[in-house]
This record gives sequence, structure tokens and C-alpha cells, in this order.
Amino acid sequence: MLELRAVNTYYGPIQALRDVSISVAEGEIITLIGANGAGKTTTLMSICGVVPPRSGEILFQGRPIQRMAPNNIVGLGICQVPEGRLIFPDLTVLENLDMGAFMRKDKSGIKADLDYIFTLFPILAQRRRQQGGTLSGGEQQMLAISRALMARPRLLLLDEPSLGLAPLIVQQIFQIIRQINAKSNTTIFLVEQNANLALKVAHRGYVMENGRVVKADTSATLLADEDVKKAYLGM
Amino acid sequence: MEFYLEMLIAGLIRGAIYSLIALGYTMVYGIIELINFAHGEIYMIGAFTGLVVAGLLGASGLPTLGILVIALVAGMVFCAGYGVTMEKVAYKPLRKASRLSPLISAIGMSIFLQNYVLLAQTSDFVPFPRLIPEFKFLEPISHLLGSSDLVILVVSSLVMVGLTLFIRLTRLGKAMRATAQNQKMAMLLGIDVNQVISLTFMIGSALAAIGGVLIASHSGQINFYIGFLAGLKAFTAAVLGGIGSIPGAMLGGLVLGVAENLPIILSAFFADIGLNIDIPNDYKDAVAFCLLILILIFRPSGLLGRPAIKKV
Repeated sequence: MLELRAVNTYYGPIQALRDVSISVAEGEIITLIGANGAGKTTTLMSICGVVPPRSGEILFQGRPIQRMAPNNIVGLGICQVPEGRLIFPDLTVLENLDMGAFMRKDKSGIKADLDYIFTLFPILAQRRRQQGGTLSGGEQQMLAISRALMARPRLLLLDEPSLGLAPLIVQQIFQIIRQINAKSNTTIFLVEQNANLALKVAHRGYVMENGRVVKADTSATLLADEDVKKAYLGM
Repeated sequence: MEFYLEMLIAGLIRGAIYSLIALGYTMVYGIIELINFAHGEIYMIGAFTGLVVAGLLGASGLPTLGILVIALVAGMVFCAGYGVTMEKVAYKPLRKASRLSPLISAIGMSIFLQNYVLLAQTSDFVPFPRLIPEFKFLEPISHLLGSSDLVILVVSSLVMVGLTLFIRLTRLGKAMRATAQNQKMAMLLGIDVNQVISLTFMIGSALAAIGGVLIASHSGQINFYIGFLAGLKAFTAAVLGGIGSIPGAMLGGLVLGVAENLPIILSAFFADIGLNIDIPNDYKDAVAFCLLILILIFRPSGLLGRPAIKKV
């Protein structure tokens, strides 16, 4: 469904991604793990067209998207929940969700998805008239994921959904991620620092170091890998 | 007592025009964090567009109110075009540059537009026809509220209510607010940020054009330089209300308009209580800019703006 082929991305003169190749099949959960500054977020930003790659190819359903504008990429069905959640603080919860559905025109479908989200996260229904900035960190993460779901993405990119959240909330969020994947067959590309958690949810994983993919395997194999254990699982 | 009321209304009229222009400053600042110093020139060009339309239609036999409406619409369309072009030519190429660069570009744009109108027209004040007819029903109170006062108040109120509804309720209005709050996120949700920026310049410029045509018809004369002072005052109003805040710009304009009449009001007040202190009306500009200095010192976020907190 998504394929990165030898992608090189730069911030000015600084190279952030070096020959990154990743492929994601339809319906899969894959995770990209690695230390701070390894290039995980840049990978997502390259896919979304916010930081376009200088060379290499990104194919979505067989179609090259590396030169497309971010809004057109969203139109294809790729939506990202960025690191730090980036809730619109002065928009209400409902307006934030509206913005998720910005590209959609099917009113009844939007309504149905909204109802689905409110069953997924009842707390958001309670707070629907509240400004986004007044929510707690966990609620904001729920809102950020819900906002992306409102776009009804075929591929959902999640950047560090566990960041700064209490363990209990993290559990809940990961359960929902599984549920989203299972229920609507949404393909999920998960970037995480919490490698242990991420590999338990994902089917396959990629390990990134200094802008390069250094390992790619099934989650079970990576969880048992000595290097991965030492470097990322704290064992 | 009636004199004070008269001064209050006169202040509100001028303030309403400031508000219309200030909205352009504040909306553009909200989206791209740029003080568009060429915005006053857009207001001036709006007034000149009105003049051209009035000149063309003057002999057509249309009722003056009809000419006014056409002049307003023509000014809005024309200025919206100017605003969008200005953004594309002078600001968009500098979007990734340091913040000083687009500011300098804005000042350059302002000088360019002034001189362009100076060459195309003349440096003298040119008379502007009265496009607002005298309303008979206002005669008993016309010393308080003339017909052009009424039209300015009504039109600017309607425009501001309309803008508020647009920003609050429509899909594009919400997209504008979202883009102002977090441009990167707006992009990630599929909002075409360039389009939103163009729309912002379009709306801001159209509002300035309304102000330009109305005030020109009210004061009866215009020249190429009227945008300079009006622009500075409107900028002051935007800062006073809280730059980036739309209700702030509206309130700031009105407060500034009334505050500018303080010299007259105070002089009259002193005379009433038997003191012989006369403050010349020429101090009105000084009052406006003192207000700007005070607000920058004591409440830099403005009346309705929120303090700038950078989240980590």
C-alpha cells in the first residue's frame, strides 16, 4: 500500500534521511522505532509532503506521491497524528473534529463517523463544546487521533502517541489503535520511542538509526533480537 | 450634554472605519505573523476605485445610493485583487525568510503603491462626490447623526457581524482559524494553506475598500496619501484590541476613534467647570499614538488578545 524507495530528505544542508526504504501492506500495523533524532518524524513528514524528499520515491497504492502538495496527499487517504498532538487550542472539540473532515463532502458519513468516535471516546462527547486547549494531555491525544479518523484515512500515521501520557492512558490508546486497525481495516504506521509497547502492537517493525533503516523484521523477531533488546528495550 | 454625545458619535464613526481597516491587519497577522504595512494603501486604492466608479456612473442617472453600492462592490473586488497579488508578489517568496524581510517588503510595497497612485492621479486632494444621500427622517437629529454617519455605522456593523459569522460558522472560516492557530497541523489535515492565506488577504482588503469608499464619501476629498495615517491608526487599533484577535480589532477601532476626540471633549469639560484650559484638537493624533505606547508598555497583548505563551 505504501512504499518508500531509497528516500533521502534534507533540512537545508543537513541530511535527515539516508536511503530509507520501507514498505507497508494493506491492513498492517507497522512500527518505526529508534532513538531521538533518528529520523522517525522526518519519515512521516516526508510521506505527508510537509518536508518533501530530495530524492527517492514514495508510492501510495502504486502511485508516486513524493512531489504532491500536503493537502492532495491527505485527499488520497493518508492522515497523520503528529508528535505533540497539535490540537487547535481555541477551536472547540467539535470544531477540531470538523477540521479532520475538512476534505470530505459526505455529510451523513461524517455524522456517522462522529458518532463512532464518541462511542470510542465518550469523554470527547462530554467535552464537545469545550476549547481544545482546555483538555488534559490524554484527552488531547484522544482528540488528535479522533480528528485524524474523521478524515477516514486508509493509512493512519501516528507519531509518538504515548509521549507524556500516564501508563494507564497509554494502554487505553494502544487498545484503541488495535481496534481501529481491526474494525475498519485501517493500515497503521506507528512511530514510537516506547519500543516494547510498539512492537507488541505492530505486526512488523523497522529500526532506525541516524537516518538509516538498520533492521526490518517481524515484531516477534525484533523483540527477541539481542541488539534491539539492549538498545531499545532496556534489557 | 448634547455636545458630548455628538463627540461620542463622531468618534464611533471614525472608529468604525478604523475597525474595518484594523481587521485586515489583525487577520493577516493572525495567519502569517506579518504586519502588512501596505494595508493602508489598499484602503486608499479602495477610495480611488470608488472615485473612478462614481465618475463613470455620475452622468448615468442612477440614484446616488445605487452608485454607492456599485462603488463599494467595485472597490471590494478591485482591492481584493490587489491584496492577493500583493501577497503573491511581495510576501509569499519571503515566507521562509526571517521575519524582518517581509516587513521591509511591506514598507516597500506601501511606498510603491503610494507613488503609483501619485503618478496615475495627482498629488492634490481631489473632490469625492457625496454618494450618501440626505435622509429626510434624520433631519430632526441631523446635527447628532447625519445620514452618512448612519450609513457608515450600519454598513460597518453589518460587515463586522457578517465577518464574525463567517469566521465562526463556515467551513472556510474554521479553516482560517485553524491555520492561524497551527499552520503545520492545518496542512496535515488537508487544508490548502496558500489558499487560506489568499482568502485572508482578499477579505482584509475588501474590508479596507469598504472603509475607503465610505470615508471618502463622508469627508468629500481624497489623495494618494490618505492611506498612510489611516493605516497607522488602524494598526494602532489592531494592537490596542490585541493583534490577531478579530473582536479585538473591532473594539480597538471604536475605542481609538472615541479616544481621539478626548482633546475636544476635555476642553469642553474644562470650559463647563469654569477652567480655562484649551487642548487643541491637533493633539488627536498624539492621543492615538500615546495610547499605542501605553498599551505596548502595560498590556502588550492588547484589550482582548491573549498573552503570548510559547508552549514547549
